[in-house]
Amino acid sequence: MHQFSYTHVIYLIEAARWTVALSMIAFAGGSVLGFFFAIARVQPASNFVRRVTLVIMRLFQATPLLMQLFIFYFGLSIVGLELSAWTSASIALIVYTGTFLGEIWQGCINAVPQGQNDAGKALALRYPQRMSRIILPQASRIALAPTVGFLVQVIKSTSLASIVGFAELIRASQMVNNVTLRPLLVYSIVMLIYFALCWPLSLWSRHLERRMSAKGRTGSAIIDPKLQVVAA
Amino acid sequence: MGLNTTIADNKGWNLAVSIKDVNKWYGTHQALKDVSLDVESGRRVVVCGPSGSGKSTLIRCINGLEEFQKGDIVVDGVPLRPDMRGVERIRENAGMVFQQFNLFPHLTVLENCTLAPVLVKKVSKIAARETAMKFLEKVRIPEQANKFPSQLSGGQQQRVAIARALCLMPKIMLFDEPTSALDPEMVNEVLDTMIELAGEGMTMVCVTHEMGFARKVADSIIFMDAGAIAFSGTPDEFFNGNDNARVKDFIGKINHA
Repeated sequence: MHQFSYTHVIYLIEAARWTVALSMIAFAGGSVLGFFFAIARVQPASNFVRRVTLVIMRLFQATPLLMQLFIFYFGLSIVGLELSAWTSASIALIVYTGTFLGEIWQGCINAVPQGQNDAGKALALRYPQRMSRIILPQASRIALAPTVGFLVQVIKSTSLASIVGFAELIRASQMVNNVTLRPLLVYSIVMLIYFALCWPLSLWSRHLERRMSAKGRTGSAIIDPKLQVVAA
Repeated sequence: MGLNTTIADNKGWNLAVSIKDVNKWYGTHQALKDVSLDVESGRRVVVCGPSGSGKSTLIRCINGLEEFQKGDIVVDGVPLRPDMRGVERIRENAGMVFQQFNLFPHLTVLENCTLAPVLVKKVSKIAARETAMKFLEKVRIPEQANKFPSQLSGGQQQRVAIARALCLMPKIMLFDEPTSALDPEMVNEVLDTMIELAGEGMTMVCVTHEMGFARKVADSIIFMDAGAIAFSGTPDEFFNGNDNARVKDFIGKINHA
């Protein structure tokens, strides 16, 4: 057994790098995926695409992230696809983040008042033009606060990747605990590190929300209360 | 399709809007019942009627913002197809002003006016800006060009909306209750702009309750009730020699307001 020392703290903080890295990957990949999900859900051209997207999104939203991690790590190895802890954790978190961001962004697109689309139509703009020049710029303003809020959720979710052996903050804390046997101290420090990562984001999100409601530049756009719950 | 072409050919370019036996249902509710209306080029038609009578629905059918299930609409010789294909051609020719202004809040006044000409008509940004400034001067707010819509009053916003629609050089202007969302002291500045436009010979279809405006500029007044045209005639016929009980009732209510 080792005495708990300041080198352990350093070790934990270094392990937090992987938490940050995994969060960034999940967020970057999830953003791309979420954007496609949101567009697929609101486009008027194909009913089929809307439905298939909805089923995919609901499938991942209604199952635990832990199960998704197992599927990508253990499940795929059965069919001969050996993924590293890194890859499988990244894929699972990207899909997870993508489905929720897709949901949030779909709501933000729908929150842009219908009159904006009408005005675009009346000016003979086509669908892609209305989307890119009128709807999405306004939707992204609405989306900023709940998106940053959801980022907090993503950071906390990366802790589950420890289960498949990915050496992020939680995994590191387990190892430190195993050698020092000071669970209360170790996990308190871990909590503080998570708090230091997430709290500023929460503040920022709150700030963005207040600034947007103060400015009110998006007219009468009101965010669906359901969305704020998802993002909280 | 053959029928549509005939209509356009027979009456020639003279007919700006031709609506023939248009029917529209929202589920089981029939919003428009056999509505027929011809608007000749250069004419001003005011559409009025109680709320829910289908007047907004009708005007929104003209530029394809609403679909209809039966009938034909031809705008400036271009038939409106049920599948909305090619509807952009009609929308280029028919500008629309909305009750709620619907300016783009993330763009400046000038950008609101140049967006469509640049994207739709493919004019250069410089030319679009010049045109926009010309129309902003016409509606008397050139000094607001670089402000955002939220910084303007309702009346100013609606005048920008008129300028924005004019920037596409439409042949017909559709007004959907343009003064209903305005504070009373701002109604006149918008009406004055519309009267000026009418004076220049613009073809106009206006849904409005402003009976003073109707009396002043309308060539004909259409009164709608329960989705059908209940009366159609000159302003004089509408206000004076009229036995239609519903019209009388409506005029009475408007005068009390």
